[in-house]
Amino acid sequence: MNFRRDVFQAIADPTRRGILLLVASQAMPAGAIAANFNTARPTVSKHLQILTQCNLLKQEQTGREIYYHLNPKKMKEIADFIEPFRKMWDDRFNKLEAVMKKFKTKK
Amino acid sequence: MEHKTKITAEPGKQDLMIIREFDLPVELVFKAHSDAGLIEQWMGTKVLKLESKKHGSYQLETKDDAGKVLFKANGAIHEFIPNQKIIRTFEMENAPVGVQLELYNFEKLTGNTSKLTIHVLYESNALRDQTIQYGMVQGINMAHKRLEEIISKLK
Repeated sequence: MNFRRDVFQAIADPTRRGILLLVASQAMPAGAIAANFNTARPTVSKHLQILTQCNLLKQEQTGREIYYHLNPKKMKEIADFIEPFRKMWDDRFNKLEAVMKKFKTKK
Repeated sequence: MEHKTKITAEPGKQDLMIIREFDLPVELVFKAHSDAGLIEQWMGTKVLKLESKKHGSYQLETKDDAGKVLFKANGAIHEFIPNQKIIRTFEMENAPVGVQLELYNFEKLTGNTSKLTIHVLYESNALRDQTIQYGMVQGINMAHKRLEEIISKLK
């Protein structure tokens, strides 16, 4: 559970979300990622470190450079986090609809 | 397939939106939220008290077959405008998730369809995420209970 919360803290930051979006289109080395932001290079490095620790990004050595890749499995986990909660409300409202339709015909 | 109920919960925020379109006139969706007997039917919980008016309050309770209390909640109604708006607080008793503010917005789409938007504000982002997780557990429990009921009927 704590691990989960870390992931949500990781994506709570707009720069980190920007990094995820950028890397989603193609894998990139740290320098190329930093060039897309007006933030200081060490700050971007820190963001990359957090995203990697949370498993949202994966590092891969290609030649002399380390490329950052998106980890789609972890991203999917976040998307699914809300699904059971949505399903619970959906079931509840389907019931409401059924109850009120019966109520309407009774009147 | 497009989901009928949509939830938006932005990362890091302490609120969320629940949006649902109903195949019902707005008056009936509103009635389903203001009549104790109807709430009991679709929420599957007992309504101990419900004063559907401004400055009113409510109490909900669910017990299992052995009489053990599974769920108990209460709140105060801050605004009550028929077929348009309900603003209320919601607090679960014996659950460390704090109190939440719920803004219900009822909208007429056509004579027979309507839209409900619930804006829920939590005390913090951590409590919001915790509630989503609680909902997850509750949803699993409810599904399990329904399954048990179906199975017991088969016996």
